Amino acid sequence: MALRKVKGNLERMFDKNLTDLVRGIRNNKDIEMKYITQCMEEIKAELRQDNVAVKANAVAKLTYLQMLGYDISWAGFNIIEVMSSPKFTYKRIGYLAASQCFHQDTEVLMLTTNMIRKDLNSQNMYDAGTALTGLSCFISNDLARDLANDVMTLLSSTKPYIRKKAVLLMYKVFLKYPEALRPAFPRLKEKLEDPDPGVQSAAVNVICELARKNPKNYLSLAPVFFKLMTSSTNNWMLIKIIKLFGALTPLEPRLGKKLIEPLTNLIHSTTAMSLLYECINTVIAVLISISSGMPNHTASIQLCVQKLRILIEDSDQNLKYLGLLAMSKILQSHPKSVQTHKDLVLQCLDDKDESIRLRALDLLYGMVSRKNVMEIVRKLMTHMDKAEGSNYRDELLQKIILICSQNNYQLITNFEWYISVLVELCRMEGTQHGCLIARQLLDVAIRVSAVREFTVGQMALLLENANVVMGPTTVRSSIAEVLYAAAWICGEFSQLLSNPLSSLESLLSHKVISLPGYIQGVFIQNVFKIYARIVITAEEEEDKETIEEVTNLLLERLPHFTSSGDIEVQERATCLMQLVNSIQKGIQNCEKFSLELQELFAGEMNPVAPKAQKKVPIPEGLDLDGWINTPPSSDLDDDADDKEFFGNAFKKDLFTKAESNGDNSRKDSKEISEDELQKRREARKLEQANNPYYVKVSSATHSPKFQKHDNDFDNIPVTPLNLNVPLKLAGMTSVDKYLIVEGRQSKKHKKHKKNKKHHQASSSEEDVPDTLLVNRDIGEMPEGASVSDEEDVDTRPLDDPHRALDIDLDIPLSPTEKIPTRSHRESSNINNKVPIEENIMTSNIKTDIEKKSKKKMKGKKESKLTKEKRKRSKNVEKSSDQCNELEKEAEEKIIDNYLNNKSDASQSKSKELTNLELLLLEDNNNGLQQENGDSVHPPVEEIIEEKKSLDPVDKNKKKKEKKAKKEKKSKRSGRKESFKQYEEIESPKEYEDFKEEKLPNMKSLTQNSDIKVNYHASFEHPCTDLFIGFEITNQIMNGNIGDLSLAVQCLQSLQLMTQNSSDSILITPELSAMSSTIKQLRFQVDDDSIPLKLRGTFSYKLVLDILTSEGNLSVVELVEETASLYGQSLRHHHICLLAKMKSKSLYVDGKSDNSTLLANALDHLKQEFHRL
Amino acid sequence: MANQDYPSFISIFVEEMQQQIIKETFQLVSKRDDNVCNFLEGGSLIGGSDYKLIYRHYATLYFVFCVDSSESELGILDLIQVFVETLDKCFENVHYILNELVMGGMVLETNMTEIITRIEDQNKLEKQEAGLAAAPARAVSAVKNMNLPQQIKDIRLPDLPAAIKDLKF
Repeated sequence: MALRKVKGNLERMFDKNLTDLVRGIRNNKDIEMKYITQCMEEIKAELRQDNVAVKANAVAKLTYLQMLGYDISWAGFNIIEVMSSPKFTYKRIGYLAASQCFHQDTEVLMLTTNMIRKDLNSQNMYDAGTALTGLSCFISNDLARDLANDVMTLLSSTKPYIRKKAVLLMYKVFLKYPEALRPAFPRLKEKLEDPDPGVQSAAVNVICELARKNPKNYLSLAPVFFKLMTSSTNNWMLIKIIKLFGALTPLEPRLGKKLIEPLTNLIHSTTAMSLLYECINTVIAVLISISSGMPNHTASIQLCVQKLRILIEDSDQNLKYLGLLAMSKILQSHPKSVQTHKDLVLQCLDDKDESIRLRALDLLYGMVSRKNVMEIVRKLMTHMDKAEGSNYRDELLQKIILICSQNNYQLITNFEWYISVLVELCRMEGTQHGCLIARQLLDVAIRVSAVREFTVGQMALLLENANVVMGPTTVRSSIAEVLYAAAWICGEFSQLLSNPLSSLESLLSHKVISLPGYIQGVFIQNVFKIYARIVITAEEEEDKETIEEVTNLLLERLPHFTSSGDIEVQERATCLMQLVNSIQKGIQNCEKFSLELQELFAGEMNPVAPKAQKKVPIPEGLDLDGWINTPPSSDLDDDADDKEFFGNAFKKDLFTKAESNGDNSRKDSKEISEDELQKRREARKLEQANNPYYVKVSSATHSPKFQKHDNDFDNIPVTPLNLNVPLKLAGMTSVDKYLIVEGRQSKKHKKHKKNKKHHQASSSEEDVPDTLLVNRDIGEMPEGASVSDEEDVDTRPLDDPHRALDIDLDIPLSPTEKIPTRSHRESSNINNKVPIEENIMTSNIKTDIEKKSKKKMKGKKESKLTKEKRKRSKNVEKSSDQCNELEKEAEEKIIDNYLNNKSDASQSKSKELTNLELLLLEDNNNGLQQENGDSVHPPVEEIIEEKKSLDPVDKNKKKKEKKAKKEKKSKRSGRKESFKQYEEIESPKEYEDFKEEKLPNMKSLTQNSDIKVNYHASFEHPCTDLFIGFEITNQIMNGNIGDLSLAVQCLQSLQLMTQNSSDSILITPELSAMSSTIKQLRFQVDDDSIPLKLRGTFSYKLVLDILTSEGNLSVVELVEETASLYGQSLRHHHICLLAKMKSKSLYVDGKSDNSTLLANALDHLKQEFHRL
Repeated sequence: MANQDYPSFISIFVEEMQQQIIKETFQLVSKRDDNVCNFLEGGSLIGGSDYKLIYRHYATLYFVFCVDSSESELGILDLIQVFVETLDKCFENVHYILNELVMGGMVLETNMTEIITRIEDQNKLEKQEAGLAAAPARAVSAVKNMNLPQQIKDIRLPDLPAAIKDLKF
C-alpha cells in the first residue's frame, strides 16, 4: 500500500503541470496542433485517475487550453469534481475552470446547486469568496433562484471581503431572478452605509447598474447618494455616483438644480481628471434637463465648454477624445456655445487617430452652415479619398449625407452641387451605404424639381456606365442600390431624358442580369415607362420607325428576363412582353397608343413623410394579422420568415415609398384593368419580398470591362487626372467644378485667413438666398395623422434582463414577499463529516449521470454531449474495477426489466404538497401581486389569477389569486426539496361537463399531474361564515394517494373552524385512482373590508416517499422526473440510486461501494413496490 | 508575446467566437500607435455601440477591457494601471488576481494593497494545504524550470512512469 502511494506520488511528479504545458506549446510552435492533441490525450488519462490532485492539474491545463480556443465542455463533470474538493487549492482551480467554460446553459450546472451552497456557507472565507466569484460568471436562472437566499445571507457576513463579493453577486442574481430584487433591496440599501469602503463602493456599483436601466425606480435614493457625494473622498465611488446622477436628473429637474453647485465645486477643486470629466458630463446632463429657468446656467455651460476645451487641447489623446465626446453632448442642447470652438474641431479632423476623427465628425454636424457646407463637405471628401479603412470611409460618407440632408436640406443652396456630391460618392469603393445614397438621390429628385433634368442626365450616365460604377468590388458593397434609384429616376422623369433610346438600351443590357432581383424588377418597370415615353413622342412626330425599332428592341431583350430565376423579374418581364406584343400588333394595324400609355403613368410624385406609411389608417374589416391561408405548421418556417423579413426591411421600405405611393398619387386613371394590374404587381412584389420561399438572385461580380462610349466623346470635359480617385467618367459630374466656381472665395480663406475664417463665416452666414424652389416639407401624410405623435416605446430588446427589473421599489414589502429558502440538505443531520460526504456524493452523481446518458443512447435523441459522455463512461468502466461494474450492470438490468414488465405506474414523485392560496378581495381592486414567502412553505412557483364574481347576494366582485405549488418532503429526514411545475387551470367548460351535477359553481383551484382540486365558496348570512367546498380528484391512472390533508394558516380575520387545534385537517386517508372526494370547510370571516389571503397546503404521499422511507435514503437532487438518492449503511458503505420515471415505469440505477448491499437494497425496494 | 485579458463575462461566447474576438481585438489594438487614444468604439462583435474597448499597452503586453457606458473611461484606465502594478508586485496566476479586481464583469476592488493581501492570503492557504507532500513535486518543477538543454528534455520524462509501472511492485 505504501509502495502504491509512493508510486502515485512519483507518477504525479512527472506529470506535466501547467507551466510545462505552456512551455511545451511554445517549444512546439510548428506542430502545435499535434502537440496539443497529444496533451489532450494525457489530460484525459489524468482525468480518469482517482487522485484529485492529478485531476486538478489536468483541469488547470484544460483551463489554459480553453483560452487558446479549444472546447473543453466535455470535461464539465471533472471540473465539478475538482470544484467539490475540500482543499482550497483544488477548489480554486475548479472554480476558475468553471468560470471560464460554464455558462448559464451548461447542463451540468444543475448538479452544482448544493455544492455551491455549501461553499458559500463555508467557514473558510476564501472558499466562499471563490464560490462567489465563480458563481458570478456562470449563474443560471435556477441557480439564482435557489441560491438567492444564501447570497443574501452573506450580505451580512462579518467579513467585508465576503460582503463585498456578495453585494456584487446580488446584481447577477437580480438579472436572472428578478423576484429577488424587492425583498433584497432594503438590505442592499443598507450596504450603502457600510463601514467598509469596499463594500460601500460595491453597493454603489450595483445600484448604479440597476438604476442605469430603470432610473425612475431609484429616484427615492437620491438623498442617500447626495449625502455620499458630498461626504465621500473615494474617487472611484464618486465617479459612479456622479454618473448615476447623470441618469437620474432627466427624470427630476429639481435634483439637477441641487446638484449644480456641488458639482461645480468639484470641477474646480478636483485634481483627478477622471472625476473632473464625469462631473462635466453630469453637469451637461443637468443642463440639458433644465434648459430653462436657471439664471446662471450660461455660466455653467461656459465653465464646461472651457474645461472641455482644455481637455481637447491636451496632448493626451485620451482626454482629447473624451473632450470631444462630451462636447457633442452639449451640442445637442447648446449648439451656439460649441460653435465658437469650430477651429478646434476642424483641427481634430486632421488628427491621426481615427477615434478622435470620428468624434470630431459628430461635432461637425452641428457646426455646418449654409455658408461653409461646401467647404466642409469637400474637406470630408478629401479625407474619404485618403482614408484607408472602409469603415472610416463609410462613416464619413454617412456624415456627409447627414450633414447635407439635415432639416430637409436646409443648408443646401446649390442642388446641382449636391447631386454631384452624391454621384461622386457612388464611386467610393466598397461602401456599405449604397441604400443611403439611393434614398438621397430619390428624395432630391422628387423634392427639387428644378434640378431634375440635371439629375436625370446624371442618372442616365450612371446607368450607361453601370459596370464601371460598380467596379470589381461589388460583392461586398451595396452600391448596386444606386442603380435602383437611377433606374427609377430615369423612368419616372423620362420626359427629361436627352436620349431615351440609349437609356433604354442600358437598362436592358446583358449585364443587368447579374444585379439583385429586386433591382432588375425596378429596371423592367422603368423600361416600360421609358418605352411608353418613346412611343408617345414618336407618335406625335409620326415617327413609325422609332416605334418599331424600340418595340423590336424590347422584344429581343426581354426574353433574357422572362427566364430569370427571380420570380419577380420573370413576372414583370412576362407581363411587359405581352403588352409590347399586343402593342406591336396594334401598331401594324396603325392603331395609336399614346393616350393609353400616357394615362398609365400620369400624376405627379410628392415626397412622403417618413412615418406616413405607419400612419395610414387600416380600413375597416381588414385584418392584417390574420392568416389568409392556413398557417404552415412548423416553427422553423416562422423563423425563416422573420429573418427574411428583416433582411428585406429596407428593400421593402424603398419599394413602398417609391412605387406604391406613386401609384396612389396617380389619379383619374380610366383604364382600370391596367391600373389593377399595376396594383396587383405591387402587392405581389411586396408579398414576394416577404416570402421565405422566394429565391433571390445574388449579385455577382462584374468583370471590370472598361468601355469607351464613342458617342460621348464630344461631351468629355477636361478633367484633371487624379490618381486617388478610381475613375472619372465621361460626362459624369464632379464636385470639384463647383468648388472652382463657388469655392474660390473660401479657398482663399483657407489659405490665407485660416484663423479668421470662422469669425468671418459666422458673421456673414445668416442669409444666402435660395436659388431653387425646394420642397422642404416634411412630406405627405395621411389625413388626420400628424408626424409628432410619437409613442413612448421601450426600445430594449425583449430578452433584455433589465426589462424584468423594472420593479417599483418604493411600495412597502408585503410580509409574504421573501426570497425562497430551500431547507433541503440543511445541516441538521450532516455534521462534521460534510466534506467527505460531499466528495463521495459528487462522484456518485457523476456515475449516475453517465448511466443516464447510456440510457439516453437507447432512445432516439443523441446529442453530441451524450455521445461524449458515453465515451467517457466507457472509459471509466474499463479503468475501474471491471467485476464490480459488470455485476452491478446485471443487477440493474434485472430490476429494469422487472419494473418495465410490471408497468406498475409507480410515480417517482414523493409526497407532494400543493400549496394554495385564496385571496379574497372585496371591491374591484386589483390586488398587489402577492408572493409567497413563508419559510415553512418555500418557493413561489406560479401565480395564476382569475377574476370572478362569487356570490350574487353580495354582488361584490371577488378576486381570487391562486397560487399552486408543489413541494417535496422527505418524511424521515425532514428534508424538503421543491421543484417547479407549471400549473394549468383547466378551462371552465371542461369542469362543468365534469361536475355539473354535484356543485354547479365549482371552480378549478389548482392541479398537478397527480391531483386536481376544485373549490366552491359560498356565504351564509350574516356573512360571517364562508363555506368552501373542496373537491379533490386523484388523477393518477393507477396509483393511490395516501394521507391527503390540508393545512391552512389562519388569519386573524379569517379563521378555519376546526374541532381540534392542529393546523392540518385530514381530508381523506386514502384516495384511490381516478376517484374524487368532497370536503367542505367552514371559515369565519371577521372583517371583509380588506383583501384577505388564505394560504393552505395540500399534502399527500406518493412513491418517492416509499423509496426514501423504505430505503432510508435521502434525496440529493431532483430534476423533473428524475431523482438521485443517497444513503449510507451502518458500516459506512455508500449507496446511491438514480430513480427515473419514464413512460409510467420506474427505472432505478444504483451504485455502491459494496455490491451486496446494493443488490439487497434494490431487492428490498423491488419487493416494496411489488407489495403495493 | 501579446496577452489579452477580458472581464470574464466575455466567456459566455463560445470558444470560436471568443477566439475571433481576441484575434480581431488584437488586430485592432496592435495596429494603433502609442500616441493615439486608448479607446476603441464597439463594433458589432463586442456587443454594439454601448461598448468600448479600453486598452493599455505596456512593452509587449496589451491589457484590453471591454466595458459598457456605465463605466468611466478614465476610471477603467486607472483600473488597468492598478492591475498592472499589482502584477508587477506578484506576478503569478494572472486570473486569480483579475478575479480579485473584477467579478462577473463588475469592478470589485481598486485598492492595490487590499488585492495583494488577499492574493497572498490565498497563496498561503495553498501552501499550507500542500504541506510536505508537495515538496518532491516542487523539486521536480524547480528542476524543470531550470532551462535544461534540449537533449535532456529529449529523454522524455513522461515515459518514465510507464517504465516504473512495468516493474510490478
